[in-house]
Amino acid sequence: MSGDLPEADVTVDARGRRCPLPVIDLAKAVDSAPAGAVVAVLSDDPAAATDVPAWCRMRDVDYLGERPDGDATAYLVRRP
Amino acid sequence: MSDASAPAPREGYLDVATAAPLHPVARAALEAALADGWADPDRLYREGRRARLLLDGAREAVARVLGARPDEVSFCPSGTVAAHLAVLGTAYGRRRTGRHLVVSAVEHSTVLAAARHEAEAGAEVSTVGVDRTGRVAAADLAAALREDTALAALQSANHEVGTLQPVADAAEACAARDVPLVVDAAQTVGRLPVPAGWSALVASARKWGGPAGVGVLAVRRGARWRSPWPEDEHEGGRGAGPVPLPLVLAAAASLEARETEREAEAERLGRLVQRLRAGLAARVSDIEILGPDDLGARLPHLVAFSCLYVAGEALQTELDRAGFSVSSGSSCSSSALTPSHVLEAMGVLTHGNVRVSLPRQASEAEVDRLLDALPPIVEALRRGAGAQGL
Repeated sequence: MSGDLPEADVTVDARGRRCPLPVIDLAKAVDSAPAGAVVAVLSDDPAAATDVPAWCRMRDVDYLGERPDGDATAYLVRRP
Repeated sequence: MSDASAPAPREGYLDVATAAPLHPVARAALEAALADGWADPDRLYREGRRARLLLDGAREAVARVLGARPDEVSFCPSGTVAAHLAVLGTAYGRRRTGRHLVVSAVEHSTVLAAARHEAEAGAEVSTVGVDRTGRVAAADLAAALREDTALAALQSANHEVGTLQPVADAAEACAARDVPLVVDAAQTVGRLPVPAGWSALVASARKWGGPAGVGVLAVRRGARWRSPWPEDEHEGGRGAGPVPLPLVLAAAASLEARETEREAEAERLGRLVQRLRAGLAARVSDIEILGPDDLGARLPHLVAFSCLYVAGEALQTELDRAGFSVSSGSSCSSSALTPSHVLEAMGVLTHGNVRVSLPRQASEAEVDRLLDALPPIVEALRRGAGAQGL
């Protein structure tokens, strides 16, 4: 899935932060990003793998996928 | 054992899915058994014969509730040991058939740990996923069965979200392939009818209001079960050493009592949970109420939910301060590194998670107090995390 992922327009670094903070960081970044922007949140919290897609479902935001990024994972979403 | 020596659970204790407060019948039976049932049932003198008589009676009572023969039932030190023995003993007994295990993704961690233990010894484990409500599709479980499948494991109801699993359909699929089905029924024994079709069944007395320290393992006659442990003559060779007879007597007495109450209780608690689910949905913003909406598809006394932008442990701590004891499947503290595997498998929010499971004496007033207490706590935690308005 990671092969087809677009580059992020905005990346927010939530490494070292535990749930729910990575999702809150992402929500803030999406809030201030322009429509259609691809937003990535960088997280090493295992909960983010479930919580980011779940947040997208609750907020009607497109979840694009995830890719490894150093010792963390980048989760990508697109602002509607 | 005076009442003063044992603090009663407070009103607001809402975690019977972990441990139910001792049923009054269990307490009375325990006091009687401490006086009458202390001897070793394996001894042939008078006190031993008396103890044997009591143990046989307890076994018969539990067997009746489980729909089993008394010689199929053995007592263990805990539900954990019973679950380990159910999985490992069935796998061991079936080793000549193969070393492939099928488990649902939302089994209790004790069942999954036993499967991992087998995997470390060379077994292959297939995991069957669930839908958003936490339910396994019997067809998915059937599709995972192979020629070399030693066993399949499916819980009767999920311990974190209360979703009932299609045990009867799974049992039918397993029987057609001649595969034994291990059923962890810890959350339903004493609350709902015991499903048929199991090859091995697991229960735990403290979940039904019996004392801690008693697990139940039932293995069908004819099932190829073999102890993974050194030979032991106790409990038909399917236990874990001698049993704590007073605890077993109290466990059996309380299970019999629960059987007479359970239908009325399920109906009453089902209504309270319905009130709780509706109230939570109406009064807490950005909340996911977990499990199926349909009352017939879940445990009547349990509801789990996740609140967006809130740390589960903080929610649990604040609720404790407000007088409510609940559990959480979240992992937002440093002590738990990974979130609940059940919530992960369902694909629902793992943070801000709370499980409420009502004790038999729960009242409508108690539920309403929780409904009043929760919204301001959630809002305050969201404000504290800078998440309001997101």
